[in-house]
Amino acid sequence: MTHDLSEAIANNREPENNWREYFSFSTDHKVIGVQYMVMTFIFFLLGGLLAMIIRAELLTPEANLVDRPLYNGLFTMHGTIMIFLWIIPFNAGLSNYLVPLMIGARDMAFPLLNAISFWILPPAGLLLLSSFLLPNGTAQAGWWSYPPVSLQVPAGQLINGQFIWIVSLVLIGISSIMGAVNFVTTIFWMRSPGMTFFRMPVFVWSVFSAQLLQLINLPSLTGALILLLLDLSFGTQFFKPEGSGDPIIYQHLFWFYSHPAVYIMALPAFGIIAEVLPAFARNPLFGYRSVAIATLGIAGISIFVWVHHMFTSATPGWMRMTFMATSMLVAIPTGVKAFAWTATIWRSKLHLETPMLFAMGGAAMFIFGGVTGVMLAATPFDIHVNNTYFVVGHFHYIVFNTITMAIFAGIYFWFPKITGRMYAEGWGKLHFWLTFIPANITFFSMHPLGLQGMLRRISSYDPQYQGWNVIASLGSFLLGASTLPFIANIVGSWLYGAKAVDNPWHATGLEWTTSSPPPRDNFEEIPIVKRPPYDYGDPKYSFVENSDDDE
Amino acid sequence: MFSFWEYVLIAFYVAGLLIVSRWIGQQAFSWMPPQATAEAQRVDDLFSFLVSIGAFILLGLVGVMVYAIAFHRAPPEDYTEGHPSRGNGKLEILWTATPTLLVIWIAFQSFNIYQQLNILGLNQIVHLHAPLESAPAYAANVSDIPKPASETIDVFVRQWDWSFRYSNNLTTKELHLPLNRSTRLKMQAEKVIHGFYIPEFRLKQDIVPGRNIDIVITPIRSGKYRLKDSQFSGTYFALMEADVYVESLDKYNQWLAQTVSSETTNTKNQAVAENIQPPKTLFKSGWYTVAPAQPAVANQRKIDNDT
Ligand code: HEM
Ligand SMILES: [Cu+2]
Ligand SMILES: [Cu+2]
Repeated sequence: MTHDLSEAIANNREPENNWREYFSFSTDHKVIGVQYMVMTFIFFLLGGLLAMIIRAELLTPEANLVDRPLYNGLFTMHGTIMIFLWIIPFNAGLSNYLVPLMIGARDMAFPLLNAISFWILPPAGLLLLSSFLLPNGTAQAGWWSYPPVSLQVPAGQLINGQFIWIVSLVLIGISSIMGAVNFVTTIFWMRSPGMTFFRMPVFVWSVFSAQLLQLINLPSLTGALILLLLDLSFGTQFFKPEGSGDPIIYQHLFWFYSHPAVYIMALPAFGIIAEVLPAFARNPLFGYRSVAIATLGIAGISIFVWVHHMFTSATPGWMRMTFMATSMLVAIPTGVKAFAWTATIWRSKLHLETPMLFAMGGAAMFIFGGVTGVMLAATPFDIHVNNTYFVVGHFHYIVFNTITMAIFAGIYFWFPKITGRMYAEGWGKLHFWLTFIPANITFFSMHPLGLQGMLRRISSYDPQYQGWNVIASLGSFLLGASTLPFIANIVGSWLYGAKAVDNPWHATGLEWTTSSPPPRDNFEEIPIVKRPPYDYGDPKYSFVENSDDDE
Repeated sequence: MFSFWEYVLIAFYVAGLLIVSRWIGQQAFSWMPPQATAEAQRVDDLFSFLVSIGAFILLGLVGVMVYAIAFHRAPPEDYTEGHPSRGNGKLEILWTATPTLLVIWIAFQSFNIYQQLNILGLNQIVHLHAPLESAPAYAANVSDIPKPASETIDVFVRQWDWSFRYSNNLTTKELHLPLNRSTRLKMQAEKVIHGFYIPEFRLKQDIVPGRNIDIVITPIRSGKYRLKDSQFSGTYFALMEADVYVESLDKYNQWLAQTVSSETTNTKNQAVAENIQPPKTLFKSGWYTVAPAQPAVANQRKIDNDT
């Protein structure tokens, strides 16, 4: 131990066998980042398993695998886990790891608060899962938990699945708010000298925008959940139509957060794509400034579009038309982003390593998901497909084919930095193809189903829908299998992979100027920033010979 | 930035894209269920238009990516820069303007088509529980008031069962609608939110307990359809379907007269049946469920009118 440590200090590196640290209450943003990422990946596997049971039930029109209350519990938990325990906290983890490195800081602004925000999550997640053990099971009202359905719980049981669902979501929300305060403060005040706003990598811009949304919009969900809890367990009538309440108010409060939540999930993913594409295309990110502004623009507009989830609720015509207009506005800054990515790739020198494959795949799939998103904003069309599989297909193109693929791009891209070792390229490519093709099979099939009128959340369906359902289910089983080479690769490479150099991709960005993995305080000296981001023309990043840290 | 021949190639690319995306847009009509209302025709026109634009953008951008993958791979170990361009103000303005114009165009089309739909009456927003006729002055927006209809049918929806009451007080479990005539559906839900959805009608409307929600529909294609519940409503949500018959006015009136005078029969409610005799599933959780509302009697003459 001491030997290790002195050697590590001499090399200015962390000791190699510091895995115990990952189970400790560390205040190092890098340790916390890894803690977040590993924990949320376990939840991703669980959520995926639930999805595969759902898809197995939908192989045949009849209900024959799980009974209906269990089916309802499964999609409720699948959606809840994937959003609140996979993508959102994974992003928090990756941002935790990267933001201080990218802006040249030694740590987050409030390291202790950072550790607390992480350590709220494991108990909250376990609490949510524990509801599988209750006699009457988990919540069954979907991740929206619209009242009055969510208020229909067994009489005389204070502790029921819905109650636990609300409590764990409030806990997760508290953790997110703490995290948001920390991120916004860090990005505002902790940048190193010379790191002006317009020298920040787009990833930092997107974390900044996403965390601002958390600060502004999350209180609305927390409030709604607390009122729902009062209605559920303490006899109030906020949302009960038979009393003086109004269930539609819940929908407004819920979507006021949960629409921006889409961007809280998506913006960091766009940020990853904006880091990876230039590095592997050897071009500066095209239109950096407009991309940065578009990031903030997307966040700003997304606050004013929530009613597009309620076009078929009791929503009057003027409201439908207003929110149709605002929703379509989002297409302008997102369009700017998609064009900028494409122009970055145009006439480039492409290196198609695994991170690039995932980033390009994610970018292309985002264009598909974005196109169907604009369709959904068009009220007359949305009225037909709302609550059908068209919507399920659309948002999985975003949450899986774009965001989760971008997350994989990010994992492979920064793996050498985080672990100090290289992953195995062949396995990475296998993982990509096993993900990309089945993901499209699975989620494309949902669009024709929705157009034909198959509703979401149904545990059995009319026989006419079986064809595409079988295809979607088979695709999803392959998709489940695709995680196996990934896990093998990550675990194997972390333990036995070849040692990584400091900047294996010849990338720009401060995180590549420090050692892999970075020392406890990130940098030997706080860097002074003198150049624009994505400076890929610079020979420093272009030539293997000049690259100062090549072996 | 481009040479003459490159401009020619780009022009060909865009022309090809226009043709292909228009063709895909035409195909879009066949992806939809049959059009059983005039509204359905409008909605499908809009969908076809959206598909054309979407295909143009998707194929255009993905095409560029595929082109780069095919022709712009770097030799291994070559980390020099790709193209020297550091940004191009004109291009940036062009692609901010492009989505802006497209979005304005799409929004304009959608707004126009929405104005042509005559299905939704949402004055329930302004008067809860009040009879429809008493408060028209509140309705701020003209387009929110459904046009007067020639028939009126009450729709009652419960966990998990639909029933319909006609002008002659007949109550049934199936919905009959006269062809080519406007029918007002006055919808009421008990306990939880349900949704009224017939895919061939391109029509969907949540029914919120405590609110009177009216819609007016005019079917233009006779046949049998399925009415579905579109808003998740608990355990037996998937079973909540009902048959819909669209038939000529003569046949409709004949059916009304015949059914009223026929014997009352008990129709089976699927949710009730399943609650008593659950299907054999591999995993049985036995978790909590609300008990389904008792089966209503079909073909029943309603004695009292207040519901
Ligand atoms: C891993 C592959 C995945 C598969 C095969 C899959 C499959 C499904 C299916 C079939 C449903 C519909 C359930 C229903 O409405 O009856 C669903 C719902 C949902 N999924 Fe996924 N999913 C996957 C990944 C994800 C990811 C990564 C997310 C991240 C946010 C996600 C979020 C959701 C949400 C929010 C719902 C809605 C749940 C609800 O309707 O209450 N899914 N998924
Ligand atoms: Cu939204
Ligand atoms: Cu229902």
